[in-house]
Formats: sequence, C-alpha cells, structure tokens
Amino acid sequence: MNDTAKTGPSASSRRHLLRLFERYALLLVWVIIIALFSAAMPSSFFSWGNFSIMFASYAPAALLALAIIVPLTAGDYDLSVGATLTLSASTIGVLNVWHQMPILLVLLIVILMGVVVGLVHALFIIYFRVPSLVVTLGSTSVMSGLVQWMTNSSTIGGIDNSLIMAAVGYRLFGIPYAFYYAILAALIMWYIFDYMPLGRRLLFVGRGREVARLNGISVDKVRLGALIMSAVLSSAAGILYAGVLGSADPYSGLNFLLPAFAAAFLGATTIQPGRFNPWGAIVAVYFLATGITGLSMLGIPLWVTNVFNGGALILAVTISQITRGREASDIG
Amino acid sequence: MTLSSGQAGHDPSTDPGAPRALPVLSVKNFSKTFGGARALQNVSFDVMPGEVHGLLGKNGSGKSTLVKILAGFHTPDEGGSLFFNGEKVSLPVRGGDARRLGMAFVHQNLGLVPSLTVLENLRVVQLTGGGRSFINWAAEEAAAVGALKRFGLDLDPHERVDRLSPVQRALLAIVRAFEEIEAARAITGKPGLVLLDEPTPFLPASGVQQLFSLVRSITAAGCSVIFISHDIDEVMEITDRITVLRDGRQSGELDRKDATHEKIVEMIVGQSMSRAGHIKRDPASLPVYARFRDLAGQMLQPSNFHVGKGEILGLTGLIGSGYEEVPYLAFGARPASGGTIQIAGEQAFDQVTLTPKAAIDRGFALLPGDRQGASGVDSLSIVDNMFLPDVGRFFRGGWLRNRAMIDEAHILGTQYEVRPNDPYLKLSALSGGNAQKVLIARWMNRSPHLLMLDEPTQGVDVGTRQQIFSALRKAAAEGMSIICASSEAEQLADICDRVLVFAKGRICHELSGDALTKEGISEACYASAALPHSNHISQRAAP
Repeated sequence: MNDTAKTGPSASSRRHLLRLFERYALLLVWVIIIALFSAAMPSSFFSWGNFSIMFASYAPAALLALAIIVPLTAGDYDLSVGATLTLSASTIGVLNVWHQMPILLVLLIVILMGVVVGLVHALFIIYFRVPSLVVTLGSTSVMSGLVQWMTNSSTIGGIDNSLIMAAVGYRLFGIPYAFYYAILAALIMWYIFDYMPLGRRLLFVGRGREVARLNGISVDKVRLGALIMSAVLSSAAGILYAGVLGSADPYSGLNFLLPAFAAAFLGATTIQPGRFNPWGAIVAVYFLATGITGLSMLGIPLWVTNVFNGGALILAVTISQITRGREASDIG
Repeated sequence: MTLSSGQAGHDPSTDPGAPRALPVLSVKNFSKTFGGARALQNVSFDVMPGEVHGLLGKNGSGKSTLVKILAGFHTPDEGGSLFFNGEKVSLPVRGGDARRLGMAFVHQNLGLVPSLTVLENLRVVQLTGGGRSFINWAAEEAAAVGALKRFGLDLDPHERVDRLSPVQRALLAIVRAFEEIEAARAITGKPGLVLLDEPTPFLPASGVQQLFSLVRSITAAGCSVIFISHDIDEVMEITDRITVLRDGRQSGELDRKDATHEKIVEMIVGQSMSRAGHIKRDPASLPVYARFRDLAGQMLQPSNFHVGKGEILGLTGLIGSGYEEVPYLAFGARPASGGTIQIAGEQAFDQVTLTPKAAIDRGFALLPGDRQGASGVDSLSIVDNMFLPDVGRFFRGGWLRNRAMIDEAHILGTQYEVRPNDPYLKLSALSGGNAQKVLIARWMNRSPHLLMLDEPTQGVDVGTRQQIFSALRKAAAEGMSIICASSEAEQLADICDRVLVFAKGRICHELSGDALTKEGISEACYASAALPHSNHISQRAAP
C-alpha cells in the first residue's frame, strides 16, 4: 500500500511545512527578539562581547536544563538540581579555598558527591516509592541547609585560578570555554538519546513503565541511572558556576532552577517537538537568557526577571501540552 | 430450587400488594447495530417490583450492550423504547434521569475509591453535591451508620475501602446503590431498581450468600434488582425470572421454577452449527515443549499442564476462574505464588523468581490484553514500538541504525498488513486492529519459542482477526508453541489444537479433536461452574 496515496501531495506537503515550522518556531522567535533588542540598543545589545558574556554566564543553566531532561524523559522530576549545583559550588569553595585541597581532587570529590545525591534520591523514589516531586523538593531544602552550615552563609572567593581559566579564561571565537562544555554535554546526550538503545529504553520507561517492564527493560535500573545522571550533571554545572563566578555563592545557584525547568519544557516544543531533547533545551536556555539580558539592559527592574521566567515556564508547558495533544507523559 | 432464607424474596405473583400491571422497568424492542454488526436485536423484557431478574448470556451475546444502553453509554437503534414505572425515558438514558427515577448500577469494578473511607464512599453524592456550603460530618456519619446498620453490615465508617475484604467492598457498593434509589423514592414515591453487573466472580461462597441476603432485603423493600452473572447456579438461586440472550437475540425467558441447569445452558449456548474450522492437530503427536508444574497465582490454584512444540493451546473459563492469569504468571509479569516450568531437555526453573527479562531471554513472549497500558506506548512511533525488546540489534559500530530500523519496520508492516504502513506514525494514529498487528509483529519477528497471548483479538475487527489467526497458525506450523487465553469460545475453536477449561482456579476440562467446538467450550465453561464451590478459593485483591 502506498503511504502517500491516501493524502494528496498538497496536503502532505502542507503538513510537512507545518511540522517544519513547529520544529523551528522557537529559533525564529529567538531571532525576532534579538532583532527587536538590537533595534532598541544597537550599540550595547548587538555586540559580540555582550553575546559572548551571555553564552558563558548561562552555561551552568544550560547544563542544569540538560540535567533535568534526563529524569523527565524517564518519568521522574528532579527539583533539586539547583540545590545540587549550589552544594557542588560551595564544596569547591570550602575544600579548595579553606582547606587548600588541590583543585583536581576537589572536582573528583564533587562529582562523586553528585553520584551520592542521585543514589539517595533513588533510594527514596525507587526503593520506597516516594513520589519524586516530594523527595527532590525535600532534598533541595536539606542541601540548602547543608550549604549554609558549611559556608557560614558567606561567599567564598579565591578559587583556584586554573578552574576560572578553564571556564572563562580561554576563548574560542571570542566565547569562553564554559559555553562549549554545555554544547559538548548536549552533543553526548543527543547521541545517547537518539543513537543508543539506552535512549529508547529511557523513553519507554517514561512513557509506559508497564510496557517497558514487560518488554524486558529493567525499569528500576533505568530510573536509577537517570537520577544519578541528573545529580552528576548538576554537580558539573556547579563546577562550571564556580569557574564562571570565580567564587562560591551559597545562594544564587538556586535561582537557576526555574529558568532551567522552563528551558527543559520550552525545549520540548522545538527541534524534536513532543520530546524532551538536548538541543531544544539549549536553544530554550539561550532564548530565555536573551530575553532577560535584553530586558535588564533596557533598565527594567529586577522583579521582571522572575515574572519572565515563571511566565515562560507556564507558557512553555502550555504550548507543549497543546502540541502534544493528549499524549502527555505521566511524570511522577 | 426455592428460597429458604428467612427474609424470602418478594414474589410478585402472590403478593396482593404489588401492582402487577406496572413493571418498574420495561425494555421494549431494543436493537443496536455497530457498523454493520447487530449486537442486539429486538430485545424486550419487564422487571416487576420486588423482582430479581436474571440476565444471562455468554460473551458477545449482547448482554453488555444492553447494560450499556441502560447505563446511557449507548443509544439504541430507532424503534426501541424504555419505560420506568410507566414513565417513558428519553434515550439515550441521561445520568440525571436515571438518578431521578431511581435506577442505580453496580458494575464489576464497583466504582469505589479505594483510598477514601467507607463514609466518604457511601455519601459521595451528598458530600460532593452542589447547593450546600457546609458539611455536617456528624449528620453524614449518622446517615452512613444508619444505612450500614439497616443491612446488618458491620463496617467502621472511618475504615479505608482498600482495607476491606472483596465481599465487604461489594456489599458497600450495593448498599450505596440502594441508598441512591431510596433517595429517589423519597421524592417520586415509586420503587427503584439496582442493576448488579457480575458482582460475584471474585467472591468466595460465603460472600456470595451475604450478597444474596442483601439483595433479598432490597426486594423485601419493594425495589427490583437485575442480576447479571455467568454462574447459572447463582442465578437460579437468587432470581425470580431469567432472560437469556444469545447472539444479540432473546433466546428465552424463564420462570425460576421452570428453570433447570440443562435448560439454561441450552438457551445460552444454542445449537448453532460450528463453522468448518481449521484442521486441528492431534496434540498427542506433538512433542512436549514446556511443562508447568503447580503453577499458582492469586486466583489460580496449583495447576499442571503442558504445551507441545508447535501447538496452539487455548485457556478459557468464566471470568475469575484463573485462566486469565496464566500467561502473566508464566512470563513473570505477575508474581506466581508457586510452580516451576520445565522446557524440553532443560533443567526445570522456578516460576516465582522469573522476571520478564529472564523470560524473554529464554525465548518467551507475552502479548498482554491491555493494549494501551501494558503492550504498546500510544505516544511513540510504530518503529519504536516494534523494536522495543530488541533495539539493541540495531546498535552497530556505536550507532543506532535508524534507517535499518525504519526499513525493517516497513517490511514487517507489509508482512503483517499494517495500515497505513508508515513506521514514523504514532501508534495512537492506528486503529485497534492495526495497532495489535504492530505488537504481534514485534513478538513474531523475534521468533519466540513460546508465545503467550491474552485476549489477542479484543477490540479488533473481524478482518484483522482473521489476519492475526492466520499469522498464529503459520507460526505454530513452523514450530512455535502458543498459549492463548481468551473468553471467546468461537475464537478458541477456530485456532486451537487443544483447550483447557478452568473453573474456580483449577483445570477441569481438556478439549481436543472433535470435542473442540465453540459449543463444546461454552458448555464446558458452564458445566464446570456448576461444580460445588470449593472452600480454598483464594480471594482476589482489588485491582
């Protein structure tokens, strides 16, 4: 049977165009807002320097958005990514600055800490069957408390220069390395999601746990892996954040949570609409970053940032709900 | 058989107080056509006040279509009409009308919320109803306690429903339905009707008796009950009159005193000719592939059976008889409470610790009956669904060969006649039959040694059904062993070499050769249900 026989060529090409538009609509909107801000502030906004700073300073947020989409694809929430980032950055400050430990050892410890955070989440979510929303909301508070305790609520400056150089010191095409780490992570994740059987397993576990189980997939192992992955990526985002700032800030990392979530959901409306996908998340992070940067350069007060991020999150989920129709995955 | 219990049934023919002329419910000329198929043809019957009216018929007889019309899910074809206490009811039946007139339904799933309390479930209408700004908990509790006490139900109103036994849950649902029609009677002054749709399959014998005494107190209050069951003995015990449906038509109406077990079976099964079936193989001539010993589950009692190499083995019985568990237990999809499998020439292994993954590695395959919940993912593409269990095969040289997957999906789609054959389409874009073909192709393509299916043709049109059957026959001819659990006798007679009939958790009949006909299977199902209630029936926990 000929597939195209039942729909005329015009109908099918129209559908094709529509699909193409859906995939790249967010990129288009991004270009439009860049054009608008550039028209308003031709010298200050539309400069390579401005963009390169934006690309670097939002790299931790990009990494965080990537971290979130792993468990989201497998059907679990991880609300603790912001707190994990902060914990990681603060630990770097405490161990490297206050305890004079060599930076490479510190980084290793921080990554291992990410594994531990993921394991603890998995213990409650998978073993005790506590909803992921509850567990990661609780662990956010726990980790924030620990950060206050170990840093005495103070910002720790003087982190090893090599970390700062690796994050923002060296540049390629004028953009600090920090940006390329996020791109590298997206590239690897794209490969896993689309070109490895693991990606399909992740997807089936998220969309139909019982189906996955009856097809021989170890659902618990996949969820465990996803939770560890998100915590490790959040720790990596913390390393990047410490590098970008050059210090460990016990509070500001939490502010990344909302834009990262907004980006994860907004990203699911683009590139591969209907799926959480790494390139969509990257595009969405920088789309939001452009909006916030532009607005703040226009001199709009700080509270607008919060309104913008929150509004974008709700709008993104609404759009993805509409484009995906009835097939919302059951995350919980 | 007579009613011997103290509060005997209300017999309308001898009670001078009952208005004989006016039935509570009067169904006139109900027909229903789906597409071209007639599910129901000119069915008419009356239910008198204080009467328990039995409704019998096997799967596909039109029984559930009739219930769905009464419940307002379907609109009957032109020409049908419905009267309730003499008042003409507009069709389709609206929920509001049913409630106002005093018609309540207790479906098999009971419609209770397991995580809420007895009180909340019992008073759900009053608690959630509009027009009130304040809930008087003390009054609600008093009302609930009153209702429970009236029926001699010893339940704590604050107990959560999921902590109740299956019997208590069924009784609670019936009491709620009765309260509902009594509330209507308080306004209309006319008796109501409760329809019980297969409330008993998962209840032990003692529970059935408790349920019956509750039914008797409802009729003693002058209300009527429609009682639907597969169990002929139960129907003969509790009902006053029985309407039997077969192939969408009314095959008879009986007074209980004229009814015998044999007569009812004949009316249910009928004498229609068996179609010229497939050529059945002699199961004895096939070498044994797998031998199950003492396989047991929640309903299934320890059972021994085997499946031959290249044999299509059918499993059937009435709902709740345990046969439907077998494919899931044998695949490790649900935990077995005991048993072993021995594959020809291999060590026997424990069924209790079997996981689906291990089962797949051994060459087993399972196609569950719940297509959307357990078999395929609607929101993902045909190709993803097709290669779910063996996507690893396409991972070569560090790369998932998407092109190769699409190509192979296209070939399989042609082979299994999936329409439209576009591997990128989401499963939700296909009809039920075509989605099932995709999922069957998934497993067939792996050439499993043992394929297990649960209701493989549920919600599948007739044409697709034949395609699925021929795929199964072809696979069996090539040596695949197939176990098919189904409630449809005709389907089993069409494809199986041998059929095991289950009753009350045990295998009680084995049919093969000339005995394996549609009628033979139906007869065996009902004959086995007449066996005395065993005392070791395990109760099935609520789903």
